[in-house]
Formats: sequence, C-alpha cells, structure tokens
Amino acid sequence: MDDMNDMRMVERAVDDKDLKITAKGVDVFYGDTHAIKGVDVEILDKTVTAFIGPSGCGKSTFLRCLNRMNDTIDICRVTGQILLDSEDIYHQKVDPVQLRAKVGMVFQKPNPFPKSIYDNVAYGPRIHGLARNKAELDEIVETSLRRAALWEEAKDRLDQPGTGLSGGQQQRLCIARAVATSPEVLLMDEPCSALDPIATAQVEELIDELRARFSVVIVTHSMQQAARVSQKTAFFHLGELVEFGETSQIFTNPKDPRTESYITGRIG
Amino acid sequence: MPLIWIILAVLALGAAGYVLGRKRAVSSAGGDIRILHSLPNYYGMNVFLSAVVPALLVLVVWLLVQPAVIQRQVTQLIPDNEVMNSGELSLIMSDVRRVADGLDSAVEQGALTREEARMIRTEFTNIRDTLASIGVALGDDVNADVLNAAQRYRSLQNTGNTVMAAAVLILAALGLGYAYSRTHKDFRARNTVERAVLAILILASTIAILTTVGIVLSMVLETRDFFHLYPAREFFFGTEWIPSFEGGSHLGLLPLLWGTLYITFIALLVAVPVGLFSAIYLAEYAGRRMRGMAKPMIEVLAGIPTIVYGLFALITVGPMLRDYFAEPLGFGTSSSSVMTAGIVMGIMLIPFVSSLSDDIINAVPQSLRDGSYGLGATQSETVKQVILPAALPGIVGAILLAASRAIGETMIVVMGAGAAATLSLNPFEAMTTVTVKIVGQLTGDTDFSSPEALVAFALGLTLFAITLGLNILALYIVRKYREQYE
Repeated sequence: MDDMNDMRMVERAVDDKDLKITAKGVDVFYGDTHAIKGVDVEILDKTVTAFIGPSGCGKSTFLRCLNRMNDTIDICRVTGQILLDSEDIYHQKVDPVQLRAKVGMVFQKPNPFPKSIYDNVAYGPRIHGLARNKAELDEIVETSLRRAALWEEAKDRLDQPGTGLSGGQQQRLCIARAVATSPEVLLMDEPCSALDPIATAQVEELIDELRARFSVVIVTHSMQQAARVSQKTAFFHLGELVEFGETSQIFTNPKDPRTESYITGRIG
Repeated sequence: MPLIWIILAVLALGAAGYVLGRKRAVSSAGGDIRILHSLPNYYGMNVFLSAVVPALLVLVVWLLVQPAVIQRQVTQLIPDNEVMNSGELSLIMSDVRRVADGLDSAVEQGALTREEARMIRTEFTNIRDTLASIGVALGDDVNADVLNAAQRYRSLQNTGNTVMAAAVLILAALGLGYAYSRTHKDFRARNTVERAVLAILILASTIAILTTVGIVLSMVLETRDFFHLYPAREFFFGTEWIPSFEGGSHLGLLPLLWGTLYITFIALLVAVPVGLFSAIYLAEYAGRRMRGMAKPMIEVLAGIPTIVYGLFALITVGPMLRDYFAEPLGFGTSSSSVMTAGIVMGIMLIPFVSSLSDDIINAVPQSLRDGSYGLGATQSETVKQVILPAALPGIVGAILLAASRAIGETMIVVMGAGAAATLSLNPFEAMTTVTVKIVGQLTGDTDFSSPEALVAFALGLTLFAITLGLNILALYIVRKYREQYE
C-alpha cells in the first residue's frame, strides 16, 4: 500500500515489449461533430498506457474505437486504421463480437449483471465456449477472481448476486469478468471514478499486476493515477493527440506547452 | 335558496377572504413583502381555504344526512295498517315524495299560491288532476295520509334547507374571520397551506380506496344472500351449469372457470410470444424511425373496441378455424370455439404485452448492454442473458396484467366462443366464461331474490378474487426482483 500513494515515476524497462495496437490517422465523427482528429498511437504489449486530458477531449471515444464499441452508436463514424497484432480491426472480415472477446473492457461505473457472482464471471467463457465442462469453468472463475483480487472476499458467496457487493468489489468483479475471456488487451474507461480512495488503491494495485499478462489501456481524469499506474501516457486535447511518450517524461519534461499547462493545472 | 347559490356565496366569501387576507398580511409588514414569513398569496389562500373548506364539507355531509332524517320523520306519519312490508312502504314513500315535489313545482309555476298549496285538502280538491295539469303524473288518487305526509315532508325539507344555508354561510364567515384575525406577518401561512394541500391529496386517495371497498361490500352482501339460497359446496365444486328459473338449477362454477382459464391460456399463448418479441425488436433492434412508426401502429390495436374484435372472431376467425382445422381434423363442426375466442383475445392483448414490455426493456440500464457487448456477446445473447433476466419481473407483471384483462373479457367470448357451459379439453368446442354468464343471468326479466339471478354476484366476487390474486402476485414478483439492477 505504501508505494501506492507516492508518485512512482521511476524509469521502467519498456523498450523490449512487442507492439500490440497501432493506430494511424484515426478520425471519429459523431454526426457532424469531429470528435477525434487524426490520432496516431502505438500501444505496447504488457504495458499500462494511460490516456489523460480534460473532459470532452475525446480520450474515452478513442478508447472505444479500440474494441469497436462505437459501432453500437448509430451516428458514430470511424475512419483511419487501427491494427491489432498487425491486423486491421475495422476490416470487413473482422467480426466485432470476436474482437471484443480479445479486447476486454471495464467501464466507468461498475456494471455487474443482475446475476450471481459466479454467473457474472462465467458469462464470457460460456458465450465463447471456453470451458469444456463444469470443472474447467469453475477453474476459470476462480482464476479470474484471484486475478481480480476478489477471490478471498467472494469465494463463500459465489451464488449471491453480484449487485450485492460494495462499489469497489463490484468494479473488481467487472475486471474479473473481463479477464475471464482471456483477452489480450484490457481497456479501462475511468475505472476508479466511482470508487472511494481505498477501493481506488486496490484497483490500481490490481492494474499493476494485470500488466504481467495483458496490455492495459486506461482512461483517467486523475493525473496522479496516470503517474502511479502507467508506463506510457498519451495526452489528448480537443480531439487531438498532443503528446505521447514515457509517463516519466510526460510528467517531468513535457515537450508540448499544452501538456505542461495541463499537468500543472492551467488547463483542464 | 338553491344549492348552486349557496356554493357560489361560499366561494364569493372565500374570494373576498383571499383579497382581505392578502391585503392584511402586506399591510402588517408595512408594505415590504420581504418581511413576511410567506408570499402574500399564501396568506390569501389560507383565508380562502379556511372559509371555503369547512363550509363545503358541512354542506356535503348535510346533503347526505338530511334526506335520511326527513325520511324517518315522515315514515312515522304513515299508519301501520297501510304498510304490509318494506316494499310497500317504499312505494308509499315514493308517492309522498312525488306529491311533495309536485306541490312545490305547482307553486313555482303559479298554478297554486304558496297558501293554497299549504291548505290543500283531499276532501275538496282532486290533487291527482291538479298535479297532472302541471305535468306531474301520479299512479293513484292521493289519500289523506299521503297528503299529510307530503305536507310534513315539504315543511321539513323547507326548514332543513333554510337552516342548512344559514349554517353553511355562517360557518364560512366564521372561518374567514378566524383566518383573517390570525393573518400577521409572522403567521406561517405557507406551512398551513401545505397541510391543506396534503389533506386534499389524502382525501382524493381515500375516495378511491373507499369506492373499491364499497364495490366489494355490495358484492359480498348479495353473495351472502345467494349462499343462503344455494349451497356453497355445490357452487364451488359443481360440474354442471344448468340454470332454470323454475327452480332445480345446477349452478356449478367449474365449467365456467374452466372455460375462462382455457380461453385465457390460449390468449396468452398468442399474446406473450408475439408481444414480447415485438417489444424486443422495437426496444433493441429497430432504428429510431422504424420504432416511431411501428410502436403507434401496434398501439392502435389497443384502441379497437372489443365488440369489433368479437365481430372479427364471429365472421372471420371462427369459420376459418372450422373449415381448415376443426372439420378436416375431426374436432367438431362449431365455429364458436375456445380457439376462436382465445386467438382473437390474444391479438387484443398483444399491445398490452408489447407496450409494457417495451417500456420495461428500455428501463434496463445501458451500462448492462455495454458490459455484455464489451465481453463479446452478440445482440441476441445480450437480450437473452442480460436484458430479459433483468427485465423479467416487469415482464411477468405485464403478462399477469394481460391475464387479468383476458379473464375479465366478455364481448369476444360471447361472439367467439359461444355461451354453452361445457367441461371439455377439445379447443374447437364452444365453451363460455364467468363474465358471459354474469351478463346472461342478469339480462332480461330477473327476480333478484332467486338464486339464478343472485349467482351472478357470487360469480363476480369469484372473478374479483381471482384477478385480485393475480395482481397481488404480480406486485409481489415485481417487488421481489426489482432491486436487482439498481
């Protein structure tokens, strides 16, 4: 816990990681509104990448492009290229449903299904047929709950509704649910904004552990949080990607004056 | 003083009170309304309410009580030897009222003077002819006792009305004076008015509840009479329905109940899948424009009178089912059948199920859909595994509501399923329901002391109990599972 609260901006080795997602010239339109303007970004495997920026800057919109969640919004149009493992996810042949199993998502507000804790976690594996029998499914549920650091609290009440958990536990349940489909990338849209400081610290610790297996992309309002959990940081402003680089560099030595204004609290 | 004038006078007093109260409040604050505890209108409203409300309440109670009191007084004037039973007494009393009203209108029209009307005697005047000349027809010649009672009735009513007008107006003035005297800049008029509003709201809901209680009570009383004449055991467990007004009827509930449940079952079999699926399409798949067109079109179904559905059953669905299903398959030759009524009733219920389910599905939070899509679920997987379970309590409520609607339906059954009370499993046979038989037993010349007529109330009460049970069940289910996605 102690090391959670200070600004950990120590240099971390990120050079030898593989490229996971490459976005080139991405534009997003909501009807007539140009929400994202020509964003290029490279997201590494087994790394936490943070998207920061003032409200309405498009960071959540961009995040939702990465698993094509914007497809569910009628008026939203995405152009440009997004490659996952050098495969274009907006190519006709790609099934967005399959893509979302590979690119999991955790939302701003905990949204457990009105089902038991077990069924919440087993939801994805059941849909995608990841378990051959009950024993395997039990194992997936247990592993996922352990990865989400919820197993100890939940193991005796797996059959109780997930909505009965506290806010922080619900969010960890949602993380377990996302982890259960063995995604390659985990997208988190302000996962702590509805949580109290203790639950936030737990989730942040969890994100750091998840980095060992997944590529994590987190959208956050809190610059302290970005500094604490991420290795790479992208700063968005008015739909543009202003600056992208090592977290330590962005926070200590920003190249763009707008980044500097934001992290020192002058805009936002 | 006619009633309308009393009411207008009270309202006028109230309006004057409003103006006075407002003025007094403002002047007590020296013209600066910021010093007042409440806005000036509240002070006016307070005076208005305390002038009008108690006065009108007394008026209403008086109007309800006075006829009963006068009736009792006048009844004593009718000699006992003329009264054989309560039926005859009520006939005589209605004569008394007609004579009294007749004399009043004679005075009003100028055929008699006030004095003549008071002094009129059966020995000297043919009252029947006198009243007939001004348009009041009496069935019989008026005898001295009735005239005497009528005169007494007139005088009592006259005094009663005068005293009532005085009492109500005095009360209004007192209320006005009291509230006016309390009007001061520190008086909490806002809170007082708030309490008055609360009282009005409570009164409205009490009226709604009391009406229900009254309906049930009237049914219970008649049903009790029925069970005095006919054994309850045979009513509830009898398997034959053969009413005959010459006596010796078999009035068994079971064939009717069976017909009701069978038709309801078939109706739900049609309405639930169609209604639910169309609701899912409208809520989850349809675009904004499609939804804007389709939803009102489905709801048009709800606006069709049931008699029109009955015609549809009678001339289209019934013969079609008979010609293409029942006869070729050897199920019978009747065009009135459970199937006909059930299918048409099902069509009638589609908008109920679809409209309510659509609202309920729309109330499922978007975050649950996002969560499911985010895990790689397709739309139908999301609907089946997340949205429907979350919306289930509401959908069950909608279905039970449709069921109680189906149980109470009459017209479609008469025209679609016939009126024969049979216990049969064959869905192509004519059957009938509880509601149809209630109508059947009460239409035409009926003697309200025979079990054949009174059975209608027992049937009605049974039906009420069933639908009440369904509604309670629906509420229970909805309440039990509602908290799940909050």
